Amino acid sequence: MPDTALPPDGWIGRPMPRAATRRLIEGRGRYTDDNAAKGELHAAFLRSPFPHAAFRITGCDAARALPGVRAVLTAEDLAPFCRSWRTQSLAFPGLVSPEQGPLARDRAVYQGEPVALVLAASRAVAEDALELVGVEWNELPAVTDVAHALDAGTPPVHQGLSSNLAWRTEFGEGDVEAAFAKAALVVEERFTFTRHTGVPLEARSVLATYDPAAEALEVRMSHQIPHQMQVHLAELLDLPMGRVRVIAGDVGGGFGIKMHVYPDEVAVCAASRLTGRPVRYVCDRIEALMADIHAREHVVQARMAVDAEGRILAFDVDDIQGLGAYSIYPRSSTVEAMSVLRTVGAPYHFSAYRARLRCALQNKVPTGQYRSVGHPIGCATTERLVDLAAAARGEDPLEFRRRNFLPEAMMPWTNPAGGRMAELSHTATLAEFERLLDLPKLRAEVAAMRAEGRCVGLGFSAVVEYTASGPAAYGRAGVPVAAMDTVVVTLEPTGDVVARASVAEIGQGIQQGIVQVVADAVGVPPSRVTIHTGDTANAPHGGGAWASRGAAIGGEAAWGAGRKLQAEILKTAAALLQSTPDALDVRDGQVVDAKGTPRMSLAELASTVFFRGHELPGGVQPQFTATHQFRREEDLFLTTNGLQASLVEVDPDTGLVTPLRHWVVGDCGRLLNPLLVDEQVRGGVVQGIGEALLEACRYDPGNGQFLTGTLADYLLPMADNAPDVTVGHVETPYSGSALGAKGAGEAGTCGAPAAVLNAVNDALGSRGARISELPVTPTVILRALGTLEAAE
Amino acid sequence: MELPDESTADIACILNGEPIRARVPLRQNLVDWLRHGVGLTGSHVGCEHGVCGACHVQVDGVVVRGCLMLAVQADRATVETIEGATSSGRIRALQDAFFNRAALQCGFCTPGMLLQAAELLAKNSDPTREEIRQALSGNYCRCTGYHAIVDAVQAAAASLRA
Ligand code: FES
Ligand code: FES
Repeated sequence: MPDTALPPDGWIGRPMPRAATRRLIEGRGRYTDDNAAKGELHAAFLRSPFPHAAFRITGCDAARALPGVRAVLTAEDLAPFCRSWRTQSLAFPGLVSPEQGPLARDRAVYQGEPVALVLAASRAVAEDALELVGVEWNELPAVTDVAHALDAGTPPVHQGLSSNLAWRTEFGEGDVEAAFAKAALVVEERFTFTRHTGVPLEARSVLATYDPAAEALEVRMSHQIPHQMQVHLAELLDLPMGRVRVIAGDVGGGFGIKMHVYPDEVAVCAASRLTGRPVRYVCDRIEALMADIHAREHVVQARMAVDAEGRILAFDVDDIQGLGAYSIYPRSSTVEAMSVLRTVGAPYHFSAYRARLRCALQNKVPTGQYRSVGHPIGCATTERLVDLAAAARGEDPLEFRRRNFLPEAMMPWTNPAGGRMAELSHTATLAEFERLLDLPKLRAEVAAMRAEGRCVGLGFSAVVEYTASGPAAYGRAGVPVAAMDTVVVTLEPTGDVVARASVAEIGQGIQQGIVQVVADAVGVPPSRVTIHTGDTANAPHGGGAWASRGAAIGGEAAWGAGRKLQAEILKTAAALLQSTPDALDVRDGQVVDAKGTPRMSLAELASTVFFRGHELPGGVQPQFTATHQFRREEDLFLTTNGLQASLVEVDPDTGLVTPLRHWVVGDCGRLLNPLLVDEQVRGGVVQGIGEALLEACRYDPGNGQFLTGTLADYLLPMADNAPDVTVGHVETPYSGSALGAKGAGEAGTCGAPAAVLNAVNDALGSRGARISELPVTPTVILRALGTLEAAE
Repeated sequence: MELPDESTADIACILNGEPIRARVPLRQNLVDWLRHGVGLTGSHVGCEHGVCGACHVQVDGVVVRGCLMLAVQADRATVETIEGATSSGRIRALQDAFFNRAALQCGFCTPGMLLQAAELLAKNSDPTREEIRQALSGNYCRCTGYHAIVDAVQAAAASLRA
């Protein structure tokens, strides 16, 4: 059992701003593109203008002749410096995803795929040179529509494939047919989820510096998992791991977009190796929208069986995922679809489940893990069916949920979808939710607005998220992903503590959480703790930022390291004070006795050890650097739960939906820092509202051309169309760890689309319109109302 | 670096209170010049097509999009970036409020957001949430969902009125 002695009145759980944001508000952030290297070259990519084409590069001489151009590189040029790769996973045997390299060779299979690279003295000159590269394009039939990608007769996405099926599976437990046969009520819906993408405000960027004399590569990049990139760059460029250093300084948002291995970033590293010069590359926004991973393109046919008492019996779900031209490297795009299908039904008790999945290749950029991977689709599917069932039964949607929530007494329980539910607090969360919303008053307000003729709706969603993935999640799949973390803490001669951690700061505030944990574990105020993250030369290997893992996994590593350091401090102080470690404690930077009386400051102790070691008793060898590496042995995931509500107004004339208010109550275990958790929730909710109402990566249905390449076409939530978000908490610490933290960063995004979809349907219900498509654009609304003709 | 084929022009302006002369490529936009020509990296680039507001700087007292203006257009102008606004202390109340309220996460939008919010508070010392949301509607933030930013601007306005 872990050491769970959290100090009373400690720093853990206090709302504190992240100290390092002081730099950011003064314009002193150092994001990747804020670093220039002496002698650097600027890269620009020639990208395929077609979704599918054969090509031949016919001439680079004109481009090379342009003053300021240093090199024009193709796949052949980079091949000697860089291996190719192929996405594979033991979890998805037979997954079809062809070999990929840093630049396409002979054929481009998605629009935006990099085919050549120019290195020049400035980005502008590099872009000028792109226009002089001669390319013969032979456009080929492109597959973009997921609904038809698997039809017989649809052309293949890659040459030589007999079908566009990348992978398929069926799973589930229980007798689904029998459940539907005996059901008193069956509700069914076909859902369409359009692709969208993460749009971190800082685009992906990389500055690679290869030193030919040292045979070492240093890469500054905007990435969520520097240690993962170290592994892959070492392998792809055939360098010892110790000679690859990856540094992610300040990162301008990630959301899953920056956790993959992208061909262009690998190409920049290979180009630095080839030229022996630093190479800098920053995606422009058009490139980012077109060639960052997309996510969540699914067509889901789902039905739910309910008995005469209104209890859920079974779910039957068929999902076609549009995964793009390749399964994303290294984790695979299929993970998202499996996450969708594991999330269906998750808050509830049911006894039978059947899921069918087909993952379709398309001539589109690969999809990948994006904030709350797959969960929003599974959640929207479930919560819409639940609302349909409640409506069919003529009952309150929250009452239907209350009856069907998985009872606390049944947990831990593995549901028929294979999801293990543990330590969820549906009852307490619902009670807090009803208190926070003041439902009778809110319902009266909605009625009053309707009486004024306003078309408003209130929608709910119940959320269960799988967070903080354990080692088996990717480990069993044979994908090299660290689900553990390392934290190193050091007592400095001044009594200050420095922590180095393998977690990554991408704005979510994990640095501050770790500082508070270390402060409590050692016994110093947070102002005496400095943290360093994001540099492989600084912290040993670990997982970085994904799956809402920082507090639950990095936090445990920090606690363990801090306790080891405190033990060492006590041992050394006891030797100097002729006491015993048990009779002493460390509080607020002082070694204190049992009565709390200060005996010696950490500064005195540390300066003695570091500067006057001759004063130490014989045999005392203080170890004032402590390392802890933590992996969770139990529980593949940590499940979290919550409830959300959305109040929206629909303009039936224009079809515009305005989100008016949003509420969230969540249980993410122990809150290391409620201020920062609340803002994770709010930001996540608004991202989910974008998904519900605005965001879509669209392609021309005729020629497959990408249509949403600017922020005027790809719409995002802005300050004037985002609502205030009220946040509440229930705190059920995870029993299997010292701190009890679970994942918090993605739950907002998980539940918001479902709540908004239900709210829109609540608003339109009285007009007989029903919507099952995201995003709910004005066109979707007007078609549902019959004012616009349906699409063919 | 100056390249043989790159057309340039000489400009002179007041930048963060100091006179500065520079030779700039004709086609370089203002924010690129500030970031890479001068080394003031506090202004950011988020879209380069006038939607996100990450590139906001003040020119002759008005907040403008640094990606939609050429560096040569700053000739004889008075330009202030987040660095200048910080050292002059004129946005201190907003900066403190953003910090205390955790109204930033990754911080990439923050310099542009702060300059825009300061312009609002200069005109309206007691804005409503709605007015704040309108004034900041040209500044994209992916991280916060805006709620905390609106809170922070209100808190700063209150502290300035006090
Ligand atoms: S970079 Fe100027 S508005 Fe986006
Ligand atoms: S804080 Fe990250 S974009 Fe605003």
